[in-house]
Amino acid sequence: MSRVRGVSLEAAPDWAIEAKGLVKIFGKHRAVDGVDLTVRRGTVFGFLGPNGAGKTTTIRLLATLLKPDGGSARIFGHDLSKEGDEIRSRISLTGQYASIDEDLTGMENLVMMGRLMGYGRAAAKARAAELLKAFGLQEAAKRQVKNYSGGMRRRIDIAASIVVTPELLFLDEPTAGLDPRSRNQVWDIIRALVGSGTTVLLTTQYLEEADQLADRIAVINQGKIIAEGTSSELKASVGTGTLSLQLVNAEDRPRAVNILEDKLSAAVRLMLDSTSLTAQINDSFLVADALSELARNKIAVSDFSFGRPSLDEVFLTLTGHEAAQEAQSEEGVS
Amino acid sequence: MTGYIEQREKEANELRLNESIASSDRPKPPSAVASTMTFATRALLRIKHVPEQMFDVTVFPVIFLLMFTYLFGGAIAGSTEEYLQFLLPGILVMTVAQITMYTGIDLNNDIRKGIFDRFRTLPIWLPSALIGSLLVDVIRYSMASVIMITLGFALGFRPEGGLMGVLGAIALILVFSFSLSWIWTVCGLIVRSEKALMMISFMVLFPLTFVSNVFVDPRTLPSWLESFVDVNPISILATAVRGAMHGTVTTQQVIWVLIVSVIMTAIFAPITVYLYRNKK
Repeated sequence: MSRVRGVSLEAAPDWAIEAKGLVKIFGKHRAVDGVDLTVRRGTVFGFLGPNGAGKTTTIRLLATLLKPDGGSARIFGHDLSKEGDEIRSRISLTGQYASIDEDLTGMENLVMMGRLMGYGRAAAKARAAELLKAFGLQEAAKRQVKNYSGGMRRRIDIAASIVVTPELLFLDEPTAGLDPRSRNQVWDIIRALVGSGTTVLLTTQYLEEADQLADRIAVINQGKIIAEGTSSELKASVGTGTLSLQLVNAEDRPRAVNILEDKLSAAVRLMLDSTSLTAQINDSFLVADALSELARNKIAVSDFSFGRPSLDEVFLTLTGHEAAQEAQSEEGVS
Repeated sequence: MTGYIEQREKEANELRLNESIASSDRPKPPSAVASTMTFATRALLRIKHVPEQMFDVTVFPVIFLLMFTYLFGGAIAGSTEEYLQFLLPGILVMTVAQITMYTGIDLNNDIRKGIFDRFRTLPIWLPSALIGSLLVDVIRYSMASVIMITLGFALGFRPEGGLMGVLGAIALILVFSFSLSWIWTVCGLIVRSEKALMMISFMVLFPLTFVSNVFVDPRTLPSWLESFVDVNPISILATAVRGAMHGTVTTQQVIWVLIVSVIMTAIFAPITVYLYRNKK
């Protein structure tokens, strides 16, 4: 296990990615607007944000697919703008859409990748067979990829990225659209890769995925990183506790907001659903008082919870809108 | 009990996964020849899996040849057999020139599907991705040529230049088509959709192939049109191919074809490679 943890390495930090002030402009749109990023070797870094936040563009900049319009970056100490070949021999990219030839079989795809990485014919075939077995795709080896299920497609795609295990793997929304079982399989693969020392930079819209996999998380919105830290740091930054309430009647909500703001002396947020609200509070003693005040005012509560904030709430607090809401409306457009 | 078996299975899978990750070594990046051959193999495998794509080099030429021979033969040359001697070399040029545009379409599909991004993050000599598939296209063009000439022969085409003349003519077509393909790779990299690409190719190829000396002797045309036909690269190629097949080709005609080919490659190949590397 070469996963970098603990204090001993703190003195000589070993960065997989160091980016300063990265900018990418498409027309008038600043897709990436001054992104600073440091990712320690051997860790998983999660890029969290809604569609159109700049996640994919940042990955494409770091994978040498796009030239930045400003800023600079080093990948394992190699300058992004000058040492493209050095960088390309260390990284691998699994894009948002299947980056393999769907007309070819799984086997043919992996053999092709092996040959392009520099293996001889026999070695490429052996490696392809080994990977197909490890990824549970042995039976599908001779089928065209276009006949694969979503989960199989994702796996063959990742397998193609690790024909030669890269030092840094970019995964752009690796589990988008997968069922829970396939998603868990992909997570296992990612954990195994990190266990062998690969650094992973993954983007996701799912807060749970970032929570599960990432050592550090950056929340990105409108091309800017608006928060960065471990999952617990991000949660703590929002407050120690979250009170979530669901009312029986939607028309009670304005009155409930007044009462809660008065009793809790904290801002109350309205959720999408017309009967729900949440508030970040630091003093749990106030909660009981606030709830009984609601009861005195005949405001019926159907459900309430008090606990540490979820990443969802972190996102909501940081961006002022819900991640899911944004994601849905974006998907509607595309 | 089942829980136990599942657990063991999961462990075995994890072990395989870890082993497969750990067992990778890092070979030296492939040579330019090796990566070019790999991309050529990919193109051949695509033909194997999607044989429909061979329609353009098999059915197209047959339809074109039959249609134009019997449609125009009587009207233009008095008899179909006589017209065939004039038409076949030209229509061969036209057919192959038209199927070059599929090179651009294939590349455009790669870009939209994402595999293009994967190729670009590999430590390979990038032009090999293009050259590999262009080499296989040359095989496709040869197929189209062989099919057309064979059918022509059955219909009464008698090349006076003999076998050597015919082979020389095919060689000229292949060189020219390889060079012409680079124009479509540039378009394939710029244009957003396959539809737009078809439109552009059609708008370029349609006038270029028809307003040439493929179907008619340019001396029958108004003088302003005749001067365009004379400098049209398709005419230049058709003249040389016709000459080679009938044994009347001049060195000058061959040199002109080579000059046009070199110019097209010299302009569009570097642009293609630049765009390939710097595509947004």
